[in-house]
Amino acid sequence: MRKRFDIGIKPSEITPESAFLNRRVFLSAAVAAGLVPSIMSCEAATIPANGELTDVKKWPGSATEKANTFEEIASYNNYYEFGTGKGDPAENAHTLKTSPWSVQVSGAAAKTGTFTLEDILQPHALEERIYRLRCVEAWSMVIPWVGFPLADLVKRFEPTSQAKYVQFLTLNDRTQMPGVRYPVLEWPYREGLTIAEAMNPLAFVAVGLYGKVLPNQNGAPIRVVLPWKYGFKSAKSIVRIHFTDTQPQTSWNMAAPNEYGFYSNVNPEVDHPRWSQATERRLGGGGLRSLARIPTQMFNGYGEQVASLYTGLDLAKNY
Amino acid sequence: MTQRSVVIIKTALWAACLAPFALLVMQAFGYAGGLGVNPVEQILNVCGKTGLNLLMLTLCITPIRRSTGINKLVVFRRLLGLFAFFYLSTHFLTYALLDLGLIFTPGTAWSTLLVDITERPYITVGFTALVLLIPLAVTSTRGMQRRLGRNWAKLHRLVYVIAVLGIVHYYWQVKSDLDFAEPLLYAFLLTVLLGVRLQHYLVHAKPAVPAPYPRVEPPKAKEKTTH
Repeated sequence: MRKRFDIGIKPSEITPESAFLNRRVFLSAAVAAGLVPSIMSCEAATIPANGELTDVKKWPGSATEKANTFEEIASYNNYYEFGTGKGDPAENAHTLKTSPWSVQVSGAAAKTGTFTLEDILQPHALEERIYRLRCVEAWSMVIPWVGFPLADLVKRFEPTSQAKYVQFLTLNDRTQMPGVRYPVLEWPYREGLTIAEAMNPLAFVAVGLYGKVLPNQNGAPIRVVLPWKYGFKSAKSIVRIHFTDTQPQTSWNMAAPNEYGFYSNVNPEVDHPRWSQATERRLGGGGLRSLARIPTQMFNGYGEQVASLYTGLDLAKNY
Repeated sequence: MTQRSVVIIKTALWAACLAPFALLVMQAFGYAGGLGVNPVEQILNVCGKTGLNLLMLTLCITPIRRSTGINKLVVFRRLLGLFAFFYLSTHFLTYALLDLGLIFTPGTAWSTLLVDITERPYITVGFTALVLLIPLAVTSTRGMQRRLGRNWAKLHRLVYVIAVLGIVHYYWQVKSDLDFAEPLLYAFLLTVLLGVRLQHYLVHAKPAVPAPYPRVEPPKAKEKTTH
């Protein structure tokens, strides 16, 4: 039943760290020498050595609720590759090596192949988007991600008319991820979207949090963020993007198909078979009253932007 | 066991049983690292698990008493059982009052509570277990024990049902096939504890009516049952 997924990246294909560092030295030298206009090099996203992301624009559509603290976001989350406890990712993710990093692009697209993280980020200007995050376990946070629209990235690969869906695969490496030794989910972790969902302006690629490079436990160095879907849809530490004409497998759906569907849109009217999705615990408030649950909003409050993706679709059946 | 050692052990048990609650109170006021990012979950987990642990401990008393012959051990059982009731009540009250918000918005929270209890199987079994614990807590006094006589022991056998329901409640809210290790460990422990009792019963039971001789007649192959 369990299928082994070939990530398909040969060690020889990965840019050696020395070459990658040399390139950075070369680029900064070129900037210093005035060969490359510095304004351009700042506009483009790079991975700064000190972790501080610069030239981050504020996105006007950000959530107006009070954002959770960096500490809260980075210390309480699910990332099963580092353990199933909420504190496990923060404790164990230091072993994740995010540089060098490359992403394999495959399937129904004109531009496929292996891209270094630098190649992926290079043309994109960074923006900060404060999104609500609703976990399927009925807790939620408000998170200031830094990144760029997923649509802008997808367009660069020129998906063909065969590309009806896009699948994201997370790194699957026992030496860096203690949790993948246990068969708790189908590894590598895989998630997917329809191409229309991926092209929706809300779909986001995050590389940072609170103006800094993503902490490892939050899916460094590159992840997607889909604020109208339950959190597990937003694949972390992505190593492969695959365009396909058939609905791709998703790890949680494979684990419990009656509980986790392909769409997994936040929907207060469609309960999880075991618990209610009508309300959620918004974490991080102050005072006793903040402990009480709040109503969950349809599409996590992003219906205006995404509801049209699902016209005519029975959301109770397509959970 | 001298009266003095009973007092010492009881004092120690009181302290040990209160410790998780005391820690929660300290954390609620920001000490000892605080309650973490999800305080409600933390309180629910600590109270639920401590309650279940204490319930398991009460079930350990009889097998240990029988195998060691220290009959006096039974004097510690009520203390453990009442603390189990305390933690499991706190577990429920945290969910009802804080999580659902019964103290803030009684109207909506009350209807959610009713829906949860009637429609969410894991809450139904958990709530049933707690309700069944109430008569046991109420009849735990020496006076009630005397008054109920032999029925007291019969009534308190409910604890077996309660323990099973408690573990099912735990098992049913685990996210997927993955985190089953802990509830399964409880299930295993409970199986052992109940198995030991069954074995004791089979070995020592001397029924008032003569036991029927082992049935030797072979089962009638084609007999039909009409009911």
